[in-house]
Amino acid sequence: MSAVLAVDGLVKHFPILRGVLRRPVAWVRAVDGVSFAIEPGETLCLVGESGCGKSTVARLVLRLDEPTGGTIRLDGTDVTALDERAFAPFRKRVQMVFQDPYASLNPRLKVGQIVGEPLENYEGLSGKALEERVAGLLAKVGLRPEGVGRYPFEFSGGQRQRIGLARALALNPKLIVADEPVSALDVSVQAQVLNLMMDLQEEFGLAYLFVSHDLAVVEHIGHRIAVMYLGEIVEIGPKQVVLDEPKHPYTRALVAAAPIPDPRAKRDTLVLEGDVPSPLNPPSGCRFHTRCPFVMERCRQETPMLREVTPGRRAACHLLDA
Amino acid sequence: MATAATVVTPLISTRGGFVRFARRNPTIVIGGAMLLVMVFVAVFAPWISGDPFTVSPVDRLKPPSFADFFAAGKIDRFGTDNLGRDIYARTVHGTRISLVVGITVSILATLIGLAIGLAAGYFRVVDAIVMRVMDALMAIPSILLAIALVALTGGGIAIVIVAITVPDIPRVVRLVRSVVLTVRERPYIDAAISVGSPSQKIILRHILPSTVGPLIVQATYLCASAILVEAGLSFLGAGVPPEIPTWGNMIAQSRLFLARAPWTIFAPGACLALVVLSINLLGDGLRDRLDPRLARRM
Amino acid sequence: MDATAPILEVQDLRTHFFTQDGVTRAVDGVSFALEPGETLGIVGESGCGKSVTALSILRLLPPKLSRIVGGKVIFEGTDLVPLDEPAMREIRGNRIAMIFQEPMTSLNPVLTIGEQIAEAVRIHQGASQKDALARAVEMLKLVRIPDAERRVGDYPHQFSGGMRQRVMIAMALSCNPKLLLADEPTTALDVTVQKQILRLMLELKERIGSAVILITHDLGVIAETAKRVVVMYAGRVVEQAEVTALFDAPLHPYTRGLMASIPRLKHNRARRLAEIPGIVPDLRTPIPGCAFAPRCPLATDRCREAAPPLEDQGSGHFAACWEAGRA
Repeated sequence: MSAVLAVDGLVKHFPILRGVLRRPVAWVRAVDGVSFAIEPGETLCLVGESGCGKSTVARLVLRLDEPTGGTIRLDGTDVTALDERAFAPFRKRVQMVFQDPYASLNPRLKVGQIVGEPLENYEGLSGKALEERVAGLLAKVGLRPEGVGRYPFEFSGGQRQRIGLARALALNPKLIVADEPVSALDVSVQAQVLNLMMDLQEEFGLAYLFVSHDLAVVEHIGHRIAVMYLGEIVEIGPKQVVLDEPKHPYTRALVAAAPIPDPRAKRDTLVLEGDVPSPLNPPSGCRFHTRCPFVMERCRQETPMLREVTPGRRAACHLLDA
Repeated sequence: MATAATVVTPLISTRGGFVRFARRNPTIVIGGAMLLVMVFVAVFAPWISGDPFTVSPVDRLKPPSFADFFAAGKIDRFGTDNLGRDIYARTVHGTRISLVVGITVSILATLIGLAIGLAAGYFRVVDAIVMRVMDALMAIPSILLAIALVALTGGGIAIVIVAITVPDIPRVVRLVRSVVLTVRERPYIDAAISVGSPSQKIILRHILPSTVGPLIVQATYLCASAILVEAGLSFLGAGVPPEIPTWGNMIAQSRLFLARAPWTIFAPGACLALVVLSINLLGDGLRDRLDPRLARRM
Repeated sequence: MDATAPILEVQDLRTHFFTQDGVTRAVDGVSFALEPGETLGIVGESGCGKSVTALSILRLLPPKLSRIVGGKVIFEGTDLVPLDEPAMREIRGNRIAMIFQEPMTSLNPVLTIGEQIAEAVRIHQGASQKDALARAVEMLKLVRIPDAERRVGDYPHQFSGGMRQRVMIAMALSCNPKLLLADEPTTALDVTVQKQILRLMLELKERIGSAVILITHDLGVIAETAKRVVVMYAGRVVEQAEVTALFDAPLHPYTRGLMASIPRLKHNRARRLAEIPGIVPDLRTPIPGCAFAPRCPLATDRCREAAPPLEDQGSGHFAACWEAGRA
C-alpha cells in the first residue's frame, strides 16, 4: 500500500520584492528540502517554532502555495506539476482544518453553506439533499443538525472548529492537514477537539498531517513526529522514541522547554540562548549551530545529512557521527 | 457530546423599531428624509409647478412674491429670470436633471468599477496593467473631457454623464481592489480554495459581499460630486444645452443680473447645496453604520 | 510596616462592563492577598476575568465602558480604588509595573527603547536625562541584551519578539517596583524563548525584591513559576492554594477537570483526554449559584441556587465548592 502523501525535497522560497520593477532582492527560505511520507490512517506531526516552515509545508501540500522545488505525491501520483483543473480530483483526497476558528469560516455565510460548499463543488448537491448531507456531517462532529441555519458567530470557538472539521470531512478525504487546529482554543475545549479528531480518524481511517508547536498535544495525537528548524527537518521518527530519547540537540531543547504542569517534575536544565535566526539568511553549515550548546567547528561549515540513527528514526546532527 | 450547538444570544437585536434606529443614526434619517423630498419633487415636477420653458418678456426679472403662493399659473413664486421664465418651475425641473445625473453616474461608475476592481484584485496577472490604465484615466479632468466630448458631439445629458463617469471609475476600482486584497488573505478564502471552489464562486460568494458596504458609501459621495460637477459643466456651458433647466444653467445665466436680481441665483444655489448636503449626510451615516469595527452590531 | 503584612490585598473586587447588550460581570467578587516578594499565579481560561483583575488593580480599564463597582485593592496599606488619576500615575510604572502579552503594542514605535526606559526613570525618580539613560543601559544589561550601549538607541521594530519582551521587563523593573503584574508575558513567544524569559523574570524579581502576579492560561507555566495559585472561573475565584497542594490534590471540580483535560508530555498516555462538557457561561446574565454548576459532574440543587463561598478546606487550601469534600 502506497503512502497517502509523500513529499520529496520540497522547497519553497518566497521572494522579497523591492523597487519599481518589483525585482526580488532576497529570498525567504521558508522550506528548504523537506521529505516525509504519511501512511493511511497515520498521524504525522510537524513541530517547530514560529518561522520554521511547518505551516508553509501544510499550505504546499494543499496547493495554497506553489512549491519552488521538490515533488508532492498523493497515493503515488505526482501532482506537483498538475494545473488546477487536473488537480481538482486530487483535492477531494486532501482537506484542511485551519488554526483560527473565527477567520476560517466566512462570517456572512450560514453553517449549511459553509459545510455544504465542497458538496456543491464536487457532487453538485443543492437544496434539500445538500441540507441533509450537511446535517449528517454536523452530527458526526457532535453538533446539532439545527446548526445548519445559523451563522458562525452564534458558535463558540470549539464549536467552530467542529464546523471546520465537518467541512473537511464532507468529501471523504484520506488525509486531513490540520494547521495548529487547537492552539487558538481554551484548554478544556482543546481536549474535546483532540478527542473528536482521534475518534474521526478511527471511524474513517483518516491520515493527519498535524502541524503544532505544542509537544504535549503532539505526543497525544501523533504517531510519528517530524521536528523542523529553519525550513529543514532535523529529526523524524516514532513519537515515543523522538520525545523520550531525542537525538538532535534542538529536539532535546524543545522537550526541555515545554512547561510541565507538575511542580514536582524533574526538569531538563537545557536552555537555548538567543532567538531563531531569520530564514532570510540562514546560518551556514548546520542551521542550528548559532544556538546549539554542543556546537563544534565542523557544524559551522558542513551541513549534516538526515540519516537513520535508530530503526525508523532519522536525525541530522554531526554529534551522531561520534 | 450532546453539548454542541448551544444557542448563543445574538449580538444584535432587531427589535427597537424606527425610533431607536433614528436616535442611533440621526444622519442617515435626516439625510435620507431630505433626499426623499428631493426625489418626490423630481418625480412630480410637472404636477407641482408650471412650465419652465415659457418665455414672457413682460415679466422679466420680477422679484419673488409670496402672495397667493399656491395660486395656479403664478410664475413669480421665486421670481422670474431675465427672459421672464418661472424660476420656481425651472428649479423644480432642474431637480430631475441633477438627480438623474447623480444617480446614473454613481450606479454606472460603481458597477463598472466593481467589475474591474474585482478582477484586478483577485487575478494578479491583470492587476498591474489594469491599475496603470486606471491611473491614466484618473489623470483626465472631467471638465476637459466634457468640453472635448461636447465639442465633438454637440452635448446633452448622456455626454455629461459619460464625461463625469469615466474619471470616477478609477476611484471605485481602487476601493474595490483594496477590499479584495484584504479579504483574499483571509483564511476562509484558503478554505474555499481547498474545498475546490472555482475562482468565480470565490469572488461572488466570498469576496463580493465584503465590498458592498464601502461601495454604498462611496456611491453616495460619487452621486453628490457628480451633481456638483454637472452644475459646474452647465455653468461653463460645456454641459446640458442652456434652454434646459438645470441648476448649473440657471446659476450661469443669473450671474449677469446678480446685482439687480439676486433672487435668480438663490433658489438653484440653495437646492444644489441642500441636495449635496443630504447625500453627504446619508453617506456619512452609512459609513459609520457599515464600518467594519461596528459590523458586529449590525 | 511589618514584614509579614501583605503588600497587596484584593478584597471582593467587582468590575463590570457596561455595553449596549447589558452588564458583563467580568470580575465578580475576587479576593486574594500577596506577600512581599511572593509569586502568585492566576490561572484560568479566556474570559475568566484574570486580565481584567490585573487591569483593575492598576485602574487601566476603559473608563466609559467599565467601572469597579465594589471591593478594595489595598496596596501597601492604601486602597487604590478611590484614588484619583494623578495619584494612580504616581503608582503605575513606579510602585506597580506591568508587562503585557504583546510587547510590540506596548512599546512606542517612534521612540528608541532607551528613551522609553529613561522616561519612566525620569518621571518617577526625578533623575536627569543623562542618569536616566545610564540607568536604561544598566537595565538592558540586566536583562542580558547583548551590546546594550549600542542597542539603547535602537527602535522597537529592530528587536525580535523575545528581545522586545526583555526590553519590556527592563522597562517594568527600571523603577524597582514592589509589585510586577505580568499578563501572559510569554504567550506570544516560542517555547525555547519562553523558558529564557520566565527564568529571567524570576531571577530579576529576586534581585529587586518585587512581588509578582503572573497571569496565564498555561498550567505548565504556573507549575514552573508560581508559589501560590489562584484559579479563576467566570469572574470568580474557585480555588486558591500552594502550588504543590493544588497540583497534588485539586479540590474544585473545575480545577480537576482542567488538569485532566490537558495533554501532558511523558505523563498521561491514555488514548482519550478527559473533557469538560459544555462552554463557559454568559457573564451578562447574573449567576445565582456556582458558576461552574452547569458543567459540573457533582452539581446538586444547592450548587445551582447558592454560590459557595471560598473556604479554607484545610492547611490554607481554599476552594469555593459545596462538594469539595466529595472527590
